Amino acid sequence: MESSLSEYQVLDLTDEKGYFCGKILGDLGANVIKIERPGGDIGRMNSPFYKNDCHPEKSLFWLTFNTSKRGITLNIETTDGREIFLKLLMKSDFVIESFPPGYLNRLGLNYEEMSRINPRLILVSIAPFGQKGPYSNFKTSDLVSMAMGGLLFITGYPDRPPVRIGVPQAYLLAASHGAAGAMIAHYYRERSGTGQQVDVSIQEAVTRALFMEPLFWDIEKFVIHRDGHYIKRYNLRQRELWECKDGLVFFRIFGGATGRRNKGLVEWIKEVGGSAGILESVDWDSLNLSRVSQEEYDTWEEGIEQFFKKQTVEKIKVEALKRNIIALFPCHTCKEIMKDEQLAQRNYWVDIEYPYLGTRIRYPGAPCKMSLTPWRVRPAPRIGEHNQEVYIHELGMSEAEYTELVQKGII
Amino acid sequence: MMKTALEGLKVLDLSWSLNGLLMTKYLADHGAKVVWIESRVHLDVTRTNAPFRDGKIHPDHSALATTALTSRLSFGLNMTKPRARETIERLIKWADIMVESLRPGVLKKWGIDYEQVSQWKPELIMLSVSIYGQTGPRRGVSGWGYHTQGFQGLPYFTGWPDLPGVSVPLAFSDVSTPWLALSALMAALDYRRKTGKGQYIDFSQIEAALHFIPSYHLLDFCLNGQESEREGNHCDYACPHGVYPCQGDDRWCAITIFSDQEWEALCRAMGDPSWTKEKKFSTLRGRKAHEEELDACIEAWTRKLPPEKVMLLLQTSGVPCGVVQNCADLMDNDPQLKYRQYWWKLIRPGLGECAHPAWPVRLSKTPCELRPTPCFGEHTEYVCREFLNMGEQEINSLRKEDVLEFGY
Repeated sequence: MESSLSEYQVLDLTDEKGYFCGKILGDLGANVIKIERPGGDIGRMNSPFYKNDCHPEKSLFWLTFNTSKRGITLNIETTDGREIFLKLLMKSDFVIESFPPGYLNRLGLNYEEMSRINPRLILVSIAPFGQKGPYSNFKTSDLVSMAMGGLLFITGYPDRPPVRIGVPQAYLLAASHGAAGAMIAHYYRERSGTGQQVDVSIQEAVTRALFMEPLFWDIEKFVIHRDGHYIKRYNLRQRELWECKDGLVFFRIFGGATGRRNKGLVEWIKEVGGSAGILESVDWDSLNLSRVSQEEYDTWEEGIEQFFKKQTVEKIKVEALKRNIIALFPCHTCKEIMKDEQLAQRNYWVDIEYPYLGTRIRYPGAPCKMSLTPWRVRPAPRIGEHNQEVYIHELGMSEAEYTELVQKGII
Repeated sequence: MMKTALEGLKVLDLSWSLNGLLMTKYLADHGAKVVWIESRVHLDVTRTNAPFRDGKIHPDHSALATTALTSRLSFGLNMTKPRARETIERLIKWADIMVESLRPGVLKKWGIDYEQVSQWKPELIMLSVSIYGQTGPRRGVSGWGYHTQGFQGLPYFTGWPDLPGVSVPLAFSDVSTPWLALSALMAALDYRRKTGKGQYIDFSQIEAALHFIPSYHLLDFCLNGQESEREGNHCDYACPHGVYPCQGDDRWCAITIFSDQEWEALCRAMGDPSWTKEKKFSTLRGRKAHEEELDACIEAWTRKLPPEKVMLLLQTSGVPCGVVQNCADLMDNDPQLKYRQYWWKLIRPGLGECAHPAWPVRLSKTPCELRPTPCFGEHTEYVCREFLNMGEQEINSLRKEDVLEFGY
């Protein structure tokens, strides 16, 4: 099997804000070189760690987002380091960076400078609020990006503060937009011969995840608030997250063309309890929710709530699939994800050996199966693992030069 | 000189609902010609969903279309009619890329699955979007965002330790995962440029969404046996790290302190009140041990100020801080989004001028250009004439048989 991007070299200068971008290009086959400062990336100290051992080569966080890259160390803030970077740049097709805007400019390495040396270069710049504008120098974190992007405000219980998605999302959203943008710019470059800068705003990557909420403000001047397990986008306040016997379950009553899909649930309730009460009297085939009153709707939800409380996660999963109840699915824990039959049958998981850890790591695999040029997860590098390969064999540095640069702390 | 990045790229789009549509919108907004097939038989959700201006329901007036349908050509085609297949065949021969998100199995029924279309056009790149993928025991199972959000288990991570978890109140995988498939699609296009070969891409939303758990939690579980738990807005390695009430109704700001340097900057910005000098707050470990007390002290300060003021004060001191913005803030007040011209004002029939979101990436030489959202079937005739070279007679005969659909 071939890979699609193998002849392209990518220099990855990012921190946690951009790791995922290089991983996507690497998994698609590109030759990605992760450039770390001597001693290793700061992100190597992010938890969780293998066996909870806080060591820079055991960060599971780092090992997750830096697959399919080679690793070198280089201090680009020194004169010699900058020279070496420029040599690498001449042979590269993409650079990805997530420094504070202005940082590369101070090193004499802004887009104009880089493109003068390599006009075909595509520079992907991922920053909290983009490269320019009144907030461009503001600092961020996942929580701050989720706040400024608008997703935080709508998540949580009404009587508590807005609450974040418990696992960081903002940087992943931005980095995957960065990869898509890089590939669009690449299509253009291959026809025009010209590279360009791809300027990604992490805030906007979060804002783009809102697809209905802004419309309600724009069209109806109605601000959508957080409402716990409920959602209100139209006339009705509808429950979407419920408790079952041993966990949580998603379900929402849909009307219109999807209304008939609720019948599977009603039949199941009937089979278990002999009767589905008021739910049996609803005409699911022609359900128009805009004509249902909140009082009536709430009585339907009552019956469903009581039913779910007696069911297990496993049972709900089986019945939802069997009866094709489109808007019903239980919440998984990691354990349930790992043993899922569908993923196993599709050979989703990828096991990669890490001899220095004495273990293999099981990774989520390809988000899409490509028939000719498969998405492939390859190992993440150790600190400076490919220094000699890149500096001596590919850049043609002499052993003596190399040793000197290591001793000076530049590599 | 080409003005847009994807000028000349031809895309046939059989997407239904957001995930596929957002992918092809990216292409269309960057200059590709996207012909989107839709039909009265099964109107897309972006035609039937509220909000409608003044509650007037009409397929051309749904505001949801503004978020997903810009820059494309709408082609009305009733796939239940026998002669629809010959029209599709001609469109496939015209296209470089075909995207579809129908329930796995439907294309085969219509006689236009990859096996067939790759015979018509071997260099075609076809991308199928589905929840579970095209193979395996659950192929053919349709599902909505709830399947992926449940599968990801986000509510177990999200919320407060003393209450059941909460959901992300939108179909999150519809808006988080398409960019992975889009990157793969563009890579396939590059491979075709070099080799002349097309290929098939089977995209599963769930398989993509597992990268957004994020996946290091799965590694942690497999290698260390640990499941993560809800901790509200707190964070193991940063303190304070939370959302604090400000002056005004439901106004909040987020403050996150990752280093002692940022902590000292926060203290200075608050005017160095005496409690900040207490020894227990001087280290991360001390602050974590007294987090509740610390949060109350900070809250006493933020409550007296509007959130915008807190943000400006702290950010100019070097502290990561942001207003918890609602949609009114995002659309009317945010100076950064204004500066970057994130919202495009375009006119739509039935809605008048309304806001359309651009993309979070700006290409410096070939920026995206949002063109108006088409009405249903607006380009059926145009596409027949210009791309398929149909004459008056042929168009009329397809019209008479209700194969082609021409708008409301």
